[in-house]
Amino acid sequence: MTTTFAPKIIGTSSPATRILGVLSIIGLIALVVFGLVISPADFELGETIRILYMHVPTVSVAYLAFIITGVGSVIYLWKRSEFWDLLAASAAEIGVLFFGLTIFNGMMWGKITWGVFWRWEPRLVTTTVLFITYIGYLVVRSIPTDTRTRGTVSAVIGIMAIVNIPITHKAVDWWRGLHQSSTIFATVDPDMRGTQLFSAYLGLTVFLVIFAWLLIHRFRVAWLSERARGIGLDEAIAARRAEGSFS
Amino acid sequence: MLAITTVTFYIAAAWIVTFVSVGIYAAWVIKRGRELSEQVPEEDRRWM
Repeated sequence: MTTTFAPKIIGTSSPATRILGVLSIIGLIALVVFGLVISPADFELGETIRILYMHVPTVSVAYLAFIITGVGSVIYLWKRSEFWDLLAASAAEIGVLFFGLTIFNGMMWGKITWGVFWRWEPRLVTTTVLFITYIGYLVVRSIPTDTRTRGTVSAVIGIMAIVNIPITHKAVDWWRGLHQSSTIFATVDPDMRGTQLFSAYLGLTVFLVIFAWLLIHRFRVAWLSERARGIGLDEAIAARRAEGSFS
Repeated sequence: MLAITTVTFYIAAAWIVTFVSVGIYAAWVIKRGRELSEQVPEEDRRWM
């Protein structure tokens, strides 16, 4: 009697990603407890400070992702390495997700504080431009072409787009708008203290762990996708040759 | 009371949409990785 075992499908998991995954879940539970239960309402912001526990980590992760895209793009143009091209693209996709969530969270905060979901003020204008630029980056990558052309064109966009990050970040300081200035990363007399500050940094840490976990998995998916595409091309060429030899 | 309820709604929306969106994206990435790993030989999966 023989027993056959189906191959275990591991996908893109590895011991490191499993550890990051467990840490992400534990961190999210802790964030819910601190952000929604333990942290008191703010003297000025009131209950809306709880939206900042989502808003600040998501925008920080999005900026980090876009910076990785920019650095990856530069190194790709220099080394022509597939690794950096795929890393840049993977980071951009995650960055767009988190930046979209940043905008949504900001709209929820704006509705409570300003009475409207959206105002065309400097920070939101530059944010919109940045968001559209990286959506454009992803659209360009989805256009069917050879990997070298795709990598080159998207790398140029990835480098050009990074210029808008400091403009977006500093828009609250450079132009007078409705958006409040930095509260967590203010170096002098920070407005947040105690449990509020801890909750904010906890949120940042948890989302950085989630970002690392997502980036590793997304990069491996991109890597597998390239390999699968190569196998598909080889099979198509072989089939065409076989057709030719029999006709 | 109405104001508190409205504020709570928008705070809940921010948290729920963030968690659900990240969860859906993570599930899609994992699913796509499993599908692709069936098509690619083991030697191309260096992390295994």
